[in-house]
Amino acid sequence: MIVGSSPPRLDGADKVTGDAMYVDDLQFDGMLYGATVRSRQAHARYLGYELDPDYDWTDITVVTHEAIPGGNYVALMVDDQPALVSDLIRHPSEPVVLLAAPTREQAEEARAHVKLLVEPLPIVVDLEAARAGAGPIWGDDNIISHLEIQKGDGPGCVDKALAEHPDAILVEGRYYTGAQEQMYIEPQGIIAMPWGKGGIEILGSLQCPYYVVKALAQLLDVPAAEIKVVQAVTGGGFGGKEDYPSIISAHASLLALATGKPVKLVYDRAEDLSSTTRRHPAITWHRTAVAPDGTLLAMEVDCAFDGGAYTTLSPVVLSRALIHGVGPYNCEHAMVTGDIVATNTPPNGAFRGFGAPQVCFASERHIDKIAATLGRDPVALRRQLALRIGDTTLTGQTLETSVASDEVLDVALEASDWDRRRAEAEAINARGGVPPADPIPGMGTTGRLRGVGMSFFFHGAGFTGNGEARIKGRVRMEVRPDGQIVIYSASTDIGQGTRTVFPQLAATTLGVGIERIEMHTPDTSVVPDSGPTVASRTLMVVGKVVEDCSNALKARMGFEGGDWDAAVDAFFAGGGDGSVELEYQTPPHVEWDNETYQGEAYPCYAWACDVVEVEVCPDTYETRITGFWSAQDVGKAIHPVLVSGQLEGGSLQALGFAVLEEMKFADGQLTNNRMTNCIIPTALDAPEMDMRLVEAPFAGGPFGAKGIGELPMDGGAPAVLAAIEHATGLSLDSLPASPEALMRAAAE
Amino acid sequence: MLADIPVHRPSSLEEALALLADPPDGERPTPMAGGTDIMVVLNSRHVVPSSVLDLWKLDELRGLSVQDDGTLWIGALSTYRSIIASPLANAHCPALVEAARTVGAVQIQSRGTLGGNVANASPAGDSLPVLLAQGCDVVLQSRDGGRRTRSFDGFYAGYRQADIQPGELIIGFRIHALPPGATSWYRKVGTRLAQAISKVVLAGVAACGDDGTLTTLRIAAGSVAPTPIRLAAAEAAGLGGRPTDVAAAVGAGARADVTPIDDVRSNALYRREVSGRLVESWVRSL
Ligand SMILES: Cc1cc2nc3c(=O)[nH]c(=O)nc-3n(C[C@H](O)[C@H](O)[C@H](O)COP(=O)(O)OP(=O)(O)OC[C@H]3O[C@@H](n4cnc5c(N)ncnc54)[C@H](O)[C@@H]3O)c2cc1C
Repeated sequence: MIVGSSPPRLDGADKVTGDAMYVDDLQFDGMLYGATVRSRQAHARYLGYELDPDYDWTDITVVTHEAIPGGNYVALMVDDQPALVSDLIRHPSEPVVLLAAPTREQAEEARAHVKLLVEPLPIVVDLEAARAGAGPIWGDDNIISHLEIQKGDGPGCVDKALAEHPDAILVEGRYYTGAQEQMYIEPQGIIAMPWGKGGIEILGSLQCPYYVVKALAQLLDVPAAEIKVVQAVTGGGFGGKEDYPSIISAHASLLALATGKPVKLVYDRAEDLSSTTRRHPAITWHRTAVAPDGTLLAMEVDCAFDGGAYTTLSPVVLSRALIHGVGPYNCEHAMVTGDIVATNTPPNGAFRGFGAPQVCFASERHIDKIAATLGRDPVALRRQLALRIGDTTLTGQTLETSVASDEVLDVALEASDWDRRRAEAEAINARGGVPPADPIPGMGTTGRLRGVGMSFFFHGAGFTGNGEARIKGRVRMEVRPDGQIVIYSASTDIGQGTRTVFPQLAATTLGVGIERIEMHTPDTSVVPDSGPTVASRTLMVVGKVVEDCSNALKARMGFEGGDWDAAVDAFFAGGGDGSVELEYQTPPHVEWDNETYQGEAYPCYAWACDVVEVEVCPDTYETRITGFWSAQDVGKAIHPVLVSGQLEGGSLQALGFAVLEEMKFADGQLTNNRMTNCIIPTALDAPEMDMRLVEAPFAGGPFGAKGIGELPMDGGAPAVLAAIEHATGLSLDSLPASPEALMRAAAE
Repeated sequence: MLADIPVHRPSSLEEALALLADPPDGERPTPMAGGTDIMVVLNSRHVVPSSVLDLWKLDELRGLSVQDDGTLWIGALSTYRSIIASPLANAHCPALVEAARTVGAVQIQSRGTLGGNVANASPAGDSLPVLLAQGCDVVLQSRDGGRRTRSFDGFYAGYRQADIQPGELIIGFRIHALPPGATSWYRKVGTRLAQAISKVVLAGVAACGDDGTLTTLRIAAGSVAPTPIRLAAAEAAGLGGRPTDVAAAVGAGARADVTPIDDVRSNALYRREVSGRLVESWVRSL
């Protein structure tokens, strides 16, 4: 069976040989190069611009907000973000004026000769001050979005539990995670070309082609059918190319319309890092009433997420965050609240995990704090509290199937030999650490302290609540007379393997070889809207429609295996219609109330357990991750090599988040906007990973598969901090656990 | 456009020095060895040279050899990879080999040169504390001034100011022999394990006499001052004492010697503290 085997990626050869054409490789006749003039102030009144009179502007086209035919906003959720500033600058690096020139160099050069006239206003960049209403700089109170989820007693539940249970203990914590950059290998880029009568064609590095259609139709005031969006080969996204490509497309389109020529707008790394979305910085507060036996009597969780200057997708990020707020644990009474807070920084957005890594960091550190307070073993406490079949989540969802909590705990702890490994680390530290004669490159001469930590987590797969029912993702499949089968879907391959696993699903369902299947390039003039490529939904949700289409074709053709070519010939000889288009059918049990946030938040959850071993240099507080074991529940591994790669890559992003990655700001402006100083792990920083696939099938997914794209990002950081605490006794509640942060903690 | 900058490609040192002494287009070309520093500057477009003098073909500036007086000669164009691969470097200046292994990653090590690291004059250059601690002379040459040899100690007058006179190229380095019985040490504290600029980089040379007291102690540090520096107070605190007795005082001296700053990679407090601790741990281990 092709499902469950690991055929070579269908896009692999082109990428390895360099034949794959990324946006910046593409050239068109007469193509111009765009550049974006941005604000520097975080907050200012915009009064206009001046072109340097001594500069030669002959070949340069200048475009401002006045050139926008439709609404000056980037359509997404709330229309508060202008495509180009007209009067108020709300963050540093906001787009104000656009330029097009015959060469990239000229465009760059001209950019330096545009002067923006501004009147600075007081800025608000501190998250807590902004939440308290400083300014305000957005609405009346800086609160872009507020959400609450109640369970059992809800508001005041912790004090009530403490009053009712005199022996209960109150455990409190404040947890911080900073901004994190997706750092896709290919910076963002778009080519816009005049198309048809007054329309636009976009060729771009992007995740969600139909988002761009929607945004451009409103910006340019043309019917959606006049906008054609085609995905170019895309070098990574991780959420960063979910909504931002709409902005670059808007800019490139305005320049293309103004000049009548194709316009390429590709960011260099510095512009990409400074201007595009990142993971929301967040503070999470926990108050928990715990019974002496470890039972979580009541939990209050409150989060502040830094939304940046505009709404973008932040309310959805908050929603996912809060639903995951108490972690995969039983707790009868809970009150989970949160705000998206506006600040004068570029809008934060989607990044693998979408709010969950922030709250998972908080809840896993908090469970460790509870274990330490009670003198309990962190694993035993988690086993006691873990959600299992029949248990009820924060939103009142009773878990009926596909829960892998025991399995992932068993597998990861056994793979890592947890008990022995913990004991060994303690014994080594008691003898003064790992001897210098046992070198790790770069770790120097002093005995290193070893520690082992773990985390247990889950991630809801697909869109929240009735999201999938609203989106109605569609796929079309066609059998051609030559026997080839083409899949038409807007789901993009951004490196994660869509172009390989969809053909696997179709080939297996139809009972033909994978070489029979082709995937059409995501092109909105041809493919139906399958929904965005986000939220761990592509394989589980859109893949299900591929499976459904395959079954429908098979039934229509009466194909029961055997000679495919003969079946195709007979089918077309009989005048058969080789095309089916279907829409996603939500599993029947999904009940969700978007007002009260009660019900089936997700059709299923994926479960995981990470174990991390670290060694910390007591002189420098450098942390090396020396071991990583993980068990992650994927439902069904359609392509074991690809899914393991996704889980390992996501885990490495989480390990980087834990110890290395720190975006630094001055007055809202990023100060480390290059790969040399915006540090992410290199191959040398990555530990060997022992990744174990657990398969607790989800009946609603193709062959039992569930969404796991984001899962591996959630648990690495708290496991690393637990390991550092085990090694050094230093308990950190904020990220990253940089050497400087550990030194500060040690001095306290 | 960058591609429009004229590039001269001399095939002998003589030709290169002539191009520097008597630039064909009036303005002196900027020398380029591996290009791994220069290309970054060009890409940022802060400085655009009028022309470039590509030294890559000058094989006479490559190679390592041991001189009669025991010094190790390293040609300016020697790459990190050639240093790592050299048995002579491994035997006579093992700390430099360790340093070379920590530079960038394989690509940079294959292209970046020791001469480029020294001429570039960054306080964070990873080879520089090794050259200071072990002792080294820099050999320079120009068409009109001929050869000139000077000590590497004092080579930098200030931040990014190397003693390279107009028209001069660095030809190579004479690295002093380690004293008999001496051990050397290198430690880089970077932002990660590859492609990392140093937060602190340290090198040392030490030897003990028959009575177990320190007869040689030379310690140098990078990224903790406007130029790479010798840690004079640390050295003074250690010389003549037994390593375990003086280790703490050497560490304290190092903390006093450094004048680090806060920047995007780290902060002054961390750099000072780590300099002290690492030096102390090393001396204790002698
Ligand atoms: C990704 C990356 C990672 C890096 N990592 C490190 C690191 O870990 N540690 C580190 O120390 N450095 C690092 N560097 C910086 C750089 O690689 C080193 O400084 C290298 O030694 C420079 O050598 P080069 O031959 O490439 O110099 P070039 O770029 O060719 O030249 C540098 C400067 O020296 C001058 N110059 C070169 N040769 C001579 C000569 N013979 N005589 C006179 N002047 C000369 C040039 O005019 C120029 O001003 C890194 C650079 C990059 C791009």
